[in-house]
Amino acid sequence: MLNSSSLITQEKAGRFHTATSMGLLSCRQCGKLWEGAEQGERCANCNATLHMRKPDSINRTWALLVAACIMYIPANMLPVMVTSTFFESHQDTILSGIIFFWVSGQWWLAAVVFIASFLVPLLKITALFILLISAQQKSTWRQLERASLYRMIELIGRWSMLDVFVVSLLVGLVQMQGFAQISAGVGIMAFGAVVVLTMLASISFDPRLIWDTELPQNEIAQAAVPDLQNSISKS
Amino acid sequence: MHEISQLIACEHCDAVFKKLSLANGEIARCTRCGSELDRNAQERRNHLLPLTIASLIIFVIANVFPIVEMELQGLHSQTTLIGAVLSLASEGISVVALLVMATTLLFPLMQMLILFYLLVPSKNTDPRPGFNLLIRMMQTLRPWGMIEVFLLGVLVALIKLSDMATIIPGIALWAFCMLTVMLTVVVSFNPRYLWQLEEAER
Repeated sequence: MLNSSSLITQEKAGRFHTATSMGLLSCRQCGKLWEGAEQGERCANCNATLHMRKPDSINRTWALLVAACIMYIPANMLPVMVTSTFFESHQDTILSGIIFFWVSGQWWLAAVVFIASFLVPLLKITALFILLISAQQKSTWRQLERASLYRMIELIGRWSMLDVFVVSLLVGLVQMQGFAQISAGVGIMAFGAVVVLTMLASISFDPRLIWDTELPQNEIAQAAVPDLQNSISKS
Repeated sequence: MHEISQLIACEHCDAVFKKLSLANGEIARCTRCGSELDRNAQERRNHLLPLTIASLIIFVIANVFPIVEMELQGLHSQTTLIGAVLSLASEGISVVALLVMATTLLFPLMQMLILFYLLVPSKNTDPRPGFNLLIRMMQTLRPWGMIEVFLLGVLVALIKLSDMATIIPGIALWAFCMLTVMLTVVVSFNPRYLWQLEEAER
């Protein structure tokens, strides 16, 4: 891997040149940088629409996050799975499924499902709240950690689909009419909605907003993009 | 509007860096936020086409054969992925059925087919028709293919059932295991670098 220090523009915190501060627009699709382009214009290379930031990022993310929070309640209260046998029929929620694993001694399985179905959605929702509020306040608090937090929720978000897949497989497999039958509960719909909504929320959030803090303009102007060759010889 | 080809901006924090030509396999990271800035994808490209073809073949196997067979007091039951989706749909929660079908069947298949189309060598040096649109589609689909999560779901479901019934893993289960490994490599390739590769070819 290349030593990253050879690509430094300006090391001092907050003194980086940004595409915005230089009046450039970068294409989100092909990565090209354009000078003198207007917002909403098309990239001359790949024809994607150019934006300084993802359009309306904060509002869209808030809307999706609030929707996810609302769906989070039925997702955890309503049964996700209904098991019916000859004698009885019982309903499982996400949490009661985890408890079942725990009680029956399969504690590592309980841990996997607990992390994927309970912890990950909760973590994601909390993280999105933190990212949104701090970005709105243009906070300079722990920017690097917030950037990693964003990359982390992008990476782990998909794993909460686990329970949706478990239920679909059980429903597909256990269809012995009258003898043993598993059907899906309404809760799984709400749970799927939480996963999709939080994923959409993290996609619509623009991580560049984490770094869009107000800096004295003259400080930015003074920091020059150093010649790369100089940086290499130094390191 | 003109291109500034000697600079590159970080996708995640907007910091601007001077571009550096990277050797094979080298990755440049943003010194401000730590995300990947640029990489030389030339070498990956050579692995990518064979891997995509192999993934497509295994994908077919994974979907044609049953994932698992269950035996409970003389009664047999088995399911494929499509079978599970159909059972869900017949239960009246077709939204979830659609979600499962999209994330485990449709999106991964589309990703593989698009990649195959874009990577297959051709004598023609022009960009192939639909290049822009297909790359955009790949970038949009990227977070939504969830084969690896599905595999973990299969394992959890199997262990859950193993208490009450005899479980016989099917061929498709092994196929899904292989597919997960291969797709991890295939999908971790950022479609954005296809631009870089295309330019290099021109």
